[in-house]
Amino acid sequence: MSGLEFVNFYLIPGLVLGCIYAISAVGLSLLFGILRFANFAHGDMMSWGGYSALVAVTFLGIGPWASIPVAIVSTVALGLLVQRLFYGRLKGANSVVLLISGFGVALMIRAILYFLFGPTEVTYGLGIQRPFVWEGFRIQWRHMYFIGTAVAIVTALHLFLTRTRTGKAMRAMSDNPDLARITGIPTDRVVTVAWVIGASLTAVAGVFLAIDTQLSPLMGFNLLLPTFAAAILGGIGKPYGAIVGGLVIGLAEEMSSLPLIDGQPLLTPAYKTGVAFAILVAVLIVRPTGIFRSPQ
Amino acid sequence: MSAEAVGLTLYFVQIATLGAIYAVIALGLNVNWGFSGLMNAGIAGFVAIGAYTSAILTAPNGAGQLGAFGWPLWAAWLAAMGAAGVLALVMGTITVNLRSDYLAIATLGIAEILRLIVRNEDWLTGGPLGVTPLARPFESYGNPWAPVLFLLLLLAIVAVVYWLAERAIRSPWGRVQRALRENEAAAAAMGKDVRNFRLQSFVLGATFMGLGGAMLAHFSKYMSPDVVDPLTTTFLVWVMLIAGGSGNNRGAIIGAFLIWGIWAATDFLTAYLPSDVATRAAYLRLFLIGLALQIILIRRPEGLIGERPPRPADGR
Repeated sequence: MSGLEFVNFYLIPGLVLGCIYAISAVGLSLLFGILRFANFAHGDMMSWGGYSALVAVTFLGIGPWASIPVAIVSTVALGLLVQRLFYGRLKGANSVVLLISGFGVALMIRAILYFLFGPTEVTYGLGIQRPFVWEGFRIQWRHMYFIGTAVAIVTALHLFLTRTRTGKAMRAMSDNPDLARITGIPTDRVVTVAWVIGASLTAVAGVFLAIDTQLSPLMGFNLLLPTFAAAILGGIGKPYGAIVGGLVIGLAEEMSSLPLIDGQPLLTPAYKTGVAFAILVAVLIVRPTGIFRSPQ
Repeated sequence: MSAEAVGLTLYFVQIATLGAIYAVIALGLNVNWGFSGLMNAGIAGFVAIGAYTSAILTAPNGAGQLGAFGWPLWAAWLAAMGAAGVLALVMGTITVNLRSDYLAIATLGIAEILRLIVRNEDWLTGGPLGVTPLARPFESYGNPWAPVLFLLLLLAIVAVVYWLAERAIRSPWGRVQRALRENEAAAAAMGKDVRNFRLQSFVLGATFMGLGGAMLAHFSKYMSPDVVDPLTTTFLVWVMLIAGGSGNNRGAIIGAFLIWGIWAATDFLTAYLPSDVATRAAYLRLFLIGLALQIILIRRPEGLIGERPPRPADGR
């Protein structure tokens, strides 16, 4: 296998998948830092974002890229509604109770999507586009947009977390919620802001995934465990770690089918998704705090 | 009895049979979560391994390329419990000390890996085609006696599993489990081996789930990956335990029959609707089960009948 083949068929797809995982995992990790529990409905919220864009594409006649803002608004609204109706009322309960509640929310969202759109897979109807080719190196235009957006999101998030008052309040609350509360940080507002940012990222990841593959009510749930894997690998609650975690998981999944020995893939492609689960379990056992050491 | 009455009776017998199967699985989860606070989100994995173990050992022509083993049913069911127990021992050894939410994610991840194996290793499980045909006990008695006898057998098993679980929670072992759940540090300070006790609870609960899986396989008379849908199996059992009252064995059984009854009754009602509406109504049901869980969690977190700690006089 030539180096170019490696780049075209393994490195680029791995990076693209890694970017989608990273965007999704940053949202999950950020929300975990503030809410202190793992939102099990994260995957299904991603599907919700994807379908919201589908509604915009169908009824407003705009392209999937232009529908991303619609997806963001609708997913943020869903997140705030779930927080107000369910999670917020369980405040003070054991984090496990919230986890179970998240399971229930996931099923409710999925039921709505099945009810409205049915179980069949659909696409945005983007059609086939000519890839960008240069000296044998080829990449789909949409993949370049994915990677570009991921970089832009990470930069914007970094500036937000380090330069703005709300961003700093968010980091403070993530580090120590009690200390944040007694120093006068409006914790309710921080929770709202966290949902706005987290749900926006979830929506973007959902639309990207649907552009790249197909839209189905189970699409997001299938991404839930890889997202958890990415967030935990980077150290849950640490948005920067989640980016690295996402890229590592995405690359590992694509590399798992590399024909290294006698032209046989390392792992049958059917087991590709298993790679993320295996990494997840391994990280939980060996280093549950993630690969980046916590300051404390 | 008229033919219609027989048909209706058989329908209720069928619902009760599945209720009994779920009761055994819910009792298993109660051992994990209710007794010891172990958040097992991989129920479908243990149910699947029990079901496939029993299916492969008893199927007349074997699964995939595996030969026919022709085990008797009782031996295959014991083997199913053993297989689930061994899986739990291996899984538990590496995961049981994790924080509860991490344990949930890890068990869910391992269950998903198991699902991939079941789907792809055709030589072992028949892949998507599954293992068929499986024998159901008492079939030679014909209708309506065969299903009734099978139900009675399963109810007897529920009774035995309930008795075992009650014995376990009332024993000194059960007291240690509750102590670990409430205050791990204090229990450890009293010299209890936290890891070992948790592992024992994890394995015991999984054994019950494996038995439930084996019962499910022989009730369905075939075993394919669809029979253990990870989220519906895992999730539905969680709803059952929480609705019934976690920590209470009777609560687990009542929750299983109640939630399964509601689930099946809505099925019964949607049968009268036009077919395109009916499939949609099934999704509505999924939504309502999710909503019911939220309402229970918010309004009555202890469930229908909450945990009743044994009084000091009960202790031995």
